[in-house]
Amino acid sequence: MQCQECGKRPATLHFTKIVNGEKTELHICETCAREKGELLPGTSSGFSIHNLLSGLLDFEPHNPNPAARPQAVKCDTCGMTYAQFSKIGRFGCSDCYKHFSERLDPLLKRVHGNTVHVGKVPKRAGGHLQTKREIDRLKKEMQGRIEREDFETAAQLRDRIRELENEMSG
Amino acid sequence: MAKKKFTKQALSQWMKGEGPDSDVVISSRVRIARNLRNQPFPLMASPEQSSSAMEQLLCVAESGRLNGLGKIEQIRMSELTELEKLVLVEKHLISPSLANESRNSALILSPNEDISIMINEEDHLRIQCLSPGFQVREAWETASKIDDIFEEQVDYAFDEKHGYLTSCPTNVGSGIRASVMMHLPALVMTGQINRILSAVTQVGLAVRGVYGEGSEATGNLFQVSNQVTLGQSEQEIIENLFQVARQIIEHERSARGKLLDESFLRVEDRVRRSFGVLTQARIMDTKEASQRLSDVRLGYHLGLLPEVDSLVLNELLVSMQPGFLQMTFGEAMSPEDRDRSRAELIRSRLVTLS
Repeated sequence: MQCQECGKRPATLHFTKIVNGEKTELHICETCAREKGELLPGTSSGFSIHNLLSGLLDFEPHNPNPAARPQAVKCDTCGMTYAQFSKIGRFGCSDCYKHFSERLDPLLKRVHGNTVHVGKVPKRAGGHLQTKREIDRLKKEMQGRIEREDFETAAQLRDRIRELENEMSG
Repeated sequence: MAKKKFTKQALSQWMKGEGPDSDVVISSRVRIARNLRNQPFPLMASPEQSSSAMEQLLCVAESGRLNGLGKIEQIRMSELTELEKLVLVEKHLISPSLANESRNSALILSPNEDISIMINEEDHLRIQCLSPGFQVREAWETASKIDDIFEEQVDYAFDEKHGYLTSCPTNVGSGIRASVMMHLPALVMTGQINRILSAVTQVGLAVRGVYGEGSEATGNLFQVSNQVTLGQSEQEIIENLFQVARQIIEHERSARGKLLDESFLRVEDRVRRSFGVLTQARIMDTKEASQRLSDVRLGYHLGLLPEVDSLVLNELLVSMQPGFLQMTFGEAMSPEDRDRSRAELIRSRLVTLS
């Protein structure tokens, strides 16, 4: 197997990461590992989650056109480049999430096994998210009622959904 | 210089309360990460920007909205000596990162020290709640209430898809890290620990030694925490951790029962031997002290060492650490001095009881 980083030397270091049953593999050669300054497990005790993370961030196959390479992408707000981000494993500001968005979902999927937040929503900054979630929930319930031919409850749910939708647009 | 309040006692007031399942779980912790909208994360912030973020968050404390927590203390990291910061780390009240990075950072501390709010750590705001014993749900409820108080005053960086935005992608979404600190000597002695810990990592949780590297947990203390923060609600995360920790507790208890049934004399010898060493030794390094104290803690909970006070054991966990020793016995100690003082401290705390 060849190194995923340089594509020349044989891969001698292999990682397997399993998050929520989803398996991610990373195969690189020792030279590339050392060049990237990463401390790999088994080679030193200084290994941390961020080292592993930056390994995952650099997961992209090589692209000969430098402008098209993800490393060249930059956050306009704070100035952090994707190369910097993949090195330190930290975003510079909240807008990095927007500017790196194309690369982000595969990464989040690997780390969390998911890409969409379902937890707490702040009262003010959350906007209509709480209402949207409530509408989704009611729609599902309404569907279930229709299938069970409980049209009376379904109609009540439909009215409630309309109410909420009006609230949001108003 | 006047001694800071938090340096006086190794055992925080909150740890003096008796928590549920405290024979296995020492403490529960929840920390949530939040950031201010339209401001660079502390890592990329200029000194002016980080100072303004700090003032904005300290304003919430000034406004009196946190008065429900009692008489809170506001501490700017720049006011503290390196030793004082080390003591805060050893008491788990701040992270090593808050102590080591010289940003405009600050700490808000509740009088019981059960709530510590870190400003300009890796994220602008980190709210941490600690509870004695197994009370991870309670810790989350408290943290969430404090989160609401801050949200009334400041705008959070939040987006509908990714949730609460954090500096590190491993925290994004709910921004929550919940953990329980567990004492698992019987699982270690009976060789079951690795099997259990690897099972735990399969269900989205992480385990690490509380002191020491990796699985080389000194003192048989393990911290079990959630790994995933995105795509699961806080309730699911807490519940998952709760159920898994509950099972580990039961395994540990049954391993303890088995030890008593099958090798009573060996166990009794082991815990009494360690008690003897701790009350007589003149030189004691951290590693040996952790192991011996683990034996004594086990002995206490098995009813083999009734003369020991569990509060003293919890206090020693902190007070025998290098920073706290220096605070107690005078600054600038060599490692040899520390080992001597550590032995003296442990002797005096355990002997007065027997």
